[in-house]
Amino acid sequence: MRAKTASLIVALVGLHLTLLLAGFVAPCDPGAQDRDLPYAPPTRLHFVDASSWHLRPFVYRWSAGPDGYFENKRQSFPVHFLTGGPAYKLLGIFEAKWHLFGVDEPARIALLGTDGFGRDEFSRVLSGGQISVAAGIAATLLALLAGSIFGIVAGYYGRLTDESLMGATELFLSLPWLYFLLGVRAFLPLHLSPARTFLLLTCVIGLIGWARPARLVRGIVLSARSRNYVLAARSFGGSDVYLMWRHILPEVLGLLLTQAALLVPRYIAAEVTLSFFGLGVNEPVASWGNMLSTLQQYSVLVSYAWLLAPAAALVVTSVIYSILADTLHSRLEFRST
Amino acid sequence: MSYLGRRLIRAAFLLVGVSILCFLFTEMAPGSFFDEMRLNPQISPETISSLRSRYGLDQSLVVRYGRWLRSALHADFGYSIAYNAPVAPLLWSRAKNTLLLATTGMLLTWLVSIPLGVWAAARSGRMLDKSVRVASSLLVSIPEVVIAVALLAIVVRWRVLPVGGMTSMDDEGLSQWARLQEIASRMLLPTIILTLGESAIIVRHLRASVLEVLDTPFVQAARGLGIGRMRLLFRHVLPVAASPAISLLGFSLAGLLSGSLLVEVICGWPGLGPLILDATLSRDFYLVIGGIMLSALFMVGGNLVADIMLLACDPRIRTGALDAR
Repeated sequence: MRAKTASLIVALVGLHLTLLLAGFVAPCDPGAQDRDLPYAPPTRLHFVDASSWHLRPFVYRWSAGPDGYFENKRQSFPVHFLTGGPAYKLLGIFEAKWHLFGVDEPARIALLGTDGFGRDEFSRVLSGGQISVAAGIAATLLALLAGSIFGIVAGYYGRLTDESLMGATELFLSLPWLYFLLGVRAFLPLHLSPARTFLLLTCVIGLIGWARPARLVRGIVLSARSRNYVLAARSFGGSDVYLMWRHILPEVLGLLLTQAALLVPRYIAAEVTLSFFGLGVNEPVASWGNMLSTLQQYSVLVSYAWLLAPAAALVVTSVIYSILADTLHSRLEFRST
Repeated sequence: MSYLGRRLIRAAFLLVGVSILCFLFTEMAPGSFFDEMRLNPQISPETISSLRSRYGLDQSLVVRYGRWLRSALHADFGYSIAYNAPVAPLLWSRAKNTLLLATTGMLLTWLVSIPLGVWAAARSGRMLDKSVRVASSLLVSIPEVVIAVALLAIVVRWRVLPVGGMTSMDDEGLSQWARLQEIASRMLLPTIILTLGESAIIVRHLRASVLEVLDTPFVQAARGLGIGRMRLLFRHVLPVAASPAISLLGFSLAGLLSGSLLVEVICGWPGLGPLILDATLSRDFYLVIGGIMLSALFMVGGNLVADIMLLACDPRIRTGALDAR
């Protein structure tokens, strides 16, 4: 059990750290195009050349031939670790040009191949992951904030407040989420700067999602508000806000954590779906969704399997989060009830 | 009967609420269909404002909502600007295909998940149960976009099935039977994608509730009386265990509709999905509202069906024992 939990934590921290430090981990600038190398397959790492073994892996350059790309074996380029490269901003603040790995010019290392503009898919998966995962987390925070406020208020005050708020949740829950999402998106401007689109997207996804957490929170609050210690605190003259904050909110925290772990991957998927449809974050900024949207052309889908990399990244993220949700659920919620 | 009557009234309120919500959202919207036209120097501002007044977009929210309600009563549900036609016939011609996909998906989902769920619960802890659990939790956690794109990639890469559209281009000359075959073969991929995602959820719930019921005294009594394993599971345990799963039907319909929107766009199935997506991209508000209303209608209908099934399945609802509690 402990080993399992430990590896889960390692996976979670590793995932987010990689995305957070995407500029450092990625060897290339995610926006840098190379029109000579569209749809180049993943660069192969070699350890053996004509003469001998090497401990340090090396790569060859791709050259375009009559039937596709071939490795130009005249010159080999060793892979350097912790090396200088294109400048980027670490965490969006610090100017830096150190990269985890890279090769000397004019060779390029594209671990997951390149897309139609010759941009490095690996670097784009990382920087697109920043956008997609950040959107998922922000939307989750928003949904849980709104959900817990409305849920606590509804459960605590009961009666008319409760009924009207729960009626509203029913309205939100009675719509298939994707129809709802598309509908709300339809009423908002289509062409915006990437930063504003990102904000808008998080708000839309988060505000659509408040209903279910609100219902779950309400259920817990209903049973919590008649507990003896709450009644006692009330009889000592605790105000409503104090009671909700100090005595009821802690009861809900376990549920909120579990819900967060459940909702983050779902909202990441929502962002990916919207961007996939061309309604989310637009080019040139990468997101997993708009990277996948090139696959809507069957010819691309068939020929360039490495462009499915964002989908794989999404699966890994979702699986890690759902294991987290299971663990939290069995640890936090069963213990409290 | 009053149980169903109450449900019907509630459903009507819900639909009105959803439509009001939609119009509130349009009010928030800063742009409109004619914004793109405004960029075109060949169209004069006068033309645009006359068009706006022709479609009633210059009226206040209340007036627009009133007009929309009236056209809804005439079964038009507003007027699509992009298609220059009433919304309802447009939607209906596509909704048939979506319904075909969603109902087939739902039937298939239940056909797959009832035996799997019951079976896994009956053999809990063994290999089969473990593999069902691992597979279903994996499928639940993989987003539907990924399942759809990955399966499509496989199918297109190895040309397993025809994809795109509902029939092939030259379907005029085909006989009725050949046409049906064609449609079925093109439906297969979208249905499989829908079923995979949906049945994983239902299997999990069904397994949990069957496990719970297997522990109850009446099942042990039945076992003691020597009732056969199959009869016990499907005649005595399943109806009791099914009722939480049936009340999930509404949610699972929601999942299926959302899923089918996505799958239709990805697989090129001519259902509501591509229509709504185009309407969203061209900001054809009434068409979008019509689509949302229709999806809400499907949901409400699905929930009513679930209520009727619960009524048949759960005697406590018939006698009102649950209300009295």
